[in-house]
Amino acid sequence: MMLQAAAFYILSAVAVLSAFMVVAAKNPVRAVLFLILAFFSVAGIFVILGAEFLAMILVIVYVGAVAVLFLFVVMMLDIDFAELKQGFLSYLPLGGLVALALAAMLALVGFTWTMSDTASGHLQAPMPADMTNVEALGAVLYDQYVLYFQLAGLILLVAMIGAITLTLRHRPGVRRQDVGKQVGRKRAEAVELVDVKRGEGIG
Amino acid sequence: MYDFVTQWGPVWGTVAVIGQILGFMVVLLLSLAFLLLMDRKVWAAVQMRKGPNVVGAFGLMQSFADFLKFVLKEIIVPAGADRPLFILAPLLTFALAFITWAVIPVAPGWVISDINVGILYVFAISSLGVYGIIIGGWASNSKYPFLGAMRSAAQMVSYEVSIGFVIVAILVMAGSMNLSTVVAAQGGGFWNWHVLSLDMLPWPAFAITIPLFVIFFVSALAETNRPPFDLPEAESELVAGYQVEYSSTPYLLFMIGEYLNIVLMCALMTVLFLGGWHAPLDFPPFTWIPPVFWFAIKVVFLFFMFAMVKALVPRYRYDQLMRLGWKVFLPTSLAAVALMGGFVVYANAG
Repeated sequence: MMLQAAAFYILSAVAVLSAFMVVAAKNPVRAVLFLILAFFSVAGIFVILGAEFLAMILVIVYVGAVAVLFLFVVMMLDIDFAELKQGFLSYLPLGGLVALALAAMLALVGFTWTMSDTASGHLQAPMPADMTNVEALGAVLYDQYVLYFQLAGLILLVAMIGAITLTLRHRPGVRRQDVGKQVGRKRAEAVELVDVKRGEGIG
Repeated sequence: MYDFVTQWGPVWGTVAVIGQILGFMVVLLLSLAFLLLMDRKVWAAVQMRKGPNVVGAFGLMQSFADFLKFVLKEIIVPAGADRPLFILAPLLTFALAFITWAVIPVAPGWVISDINVGILYVFAISSLGVYGIIIGGWASNSKYPFLGAMRSAAQMVSYEVSIGFVIVAILVMAGSMNLSTVVAAQGGGFWNWHVLSLDMLPWPAFAITIPLFVIFFVSALAETNRPPFDLPEAESELVAGYQVEYSSTPYLLFMIGEYLNIVLMCALMTVLFLGGWHAPLDFPPFTWIPPVFWFAIKVVFLFFMFAMVKALVPRYRYDQLMRLGWKVFLPTSLAAVALMGGFVVYANAG
């Protein structure tokens, strides 16, 4: 138990510190790397909470895919962060207000969650004892809330198709490789034996 | 799994676990030294050369000589490089390559950490492997490494998707995410290995798993940046890709990490498809050979296949690589997951 508490405090401290560093870092690439560290420590907290499946998915999806793309974009763009930060003080009141509103909302959700009548039951047994993590999640997502799950998937599909149609551009005159055509080519169609007379050429 | 901490008390148990981990690391590194030599020997044999043959009998000590040479050289950090990240990148690659091995069962009960989501853990850590390359390429602050890092980021993310779907299909079939359980389900003879899975008959699961095995093998080549998908370090265009600015020990760490990832992919294929530690036939004399040797034999065989591919196949073009990943492997593996799900549901119901 002591070890668990120590791990929790270390991981949360790293998560909070690295989240702060994401904002404070001068170099955008380092900021993204700190973001990855924050993801990673949150995954560690999930493991401590007994949600190992969520932890692994967090690492696979956010660290392994989303953050790679972040990093990819940030490295490609030549952003000067010092320039971006010049208006820092003038934006501070507005930004602080947004942060305050966000914190208030989080506190609201947190307090209503812990104070509601059914919450203590949920907190003591977040999932049925006879199920593993994956089974419990699967039962909730695919049995209990299957319609909402499908609807969410449908919305994502629409968003994906929308993004593709917005960016897809058929350019004429681009020579594309047709692998099937290339592989299916016969010798007779590709090579021609010509008996060239001296000094005449084949033109 | 033998739990040292509960058996030996907190202090000696922890010492024992650390000893276990260090022992496993030493075994891995020593095997890697000879696998590296094997890689070069196979490559040489295909090209009708002799390969390394000077240090020790048949050049057996070549890797150790290389090791000494690497660690004795000066570490050079380019002037424009991001120093902390430049050093961090090879360390990251090295460490990530090792910690994945914690959940690989090499024999019954021989696994450092027998966690329930073992396969997801492997997948999660191997998806982090790309960071070593990206950070290294970026921190070098030089053109070729950066191009190599960019290529590798796109390539590894693309092929991870199809690897993920192959793993999901196998998980659905095995019904567990624990690697020891996945291996234990494949006992009794080579026809029960997941690559054939004739125990699923009359459901023709082998029609799915054999293509999946091929997809996994090819994706593993791409994921570990091996030829024919070694575009991140294509010598003819990018000199050595993300490793250009690296020398001495940092380079060595990169190389060990890279090769360890290759061996890991071989081990993963052994565990998921080739029955892990199980003997191909479940009676003597095959069962006289200890399980760990069967595991090693299968891994070495797959590594030999990796080496042969390197020697035989010319490098892909980048657009061909992307086409293969997204337009061929992804739909195929997605269809395989759906089909396999159907098989499992109806095989259980009927």
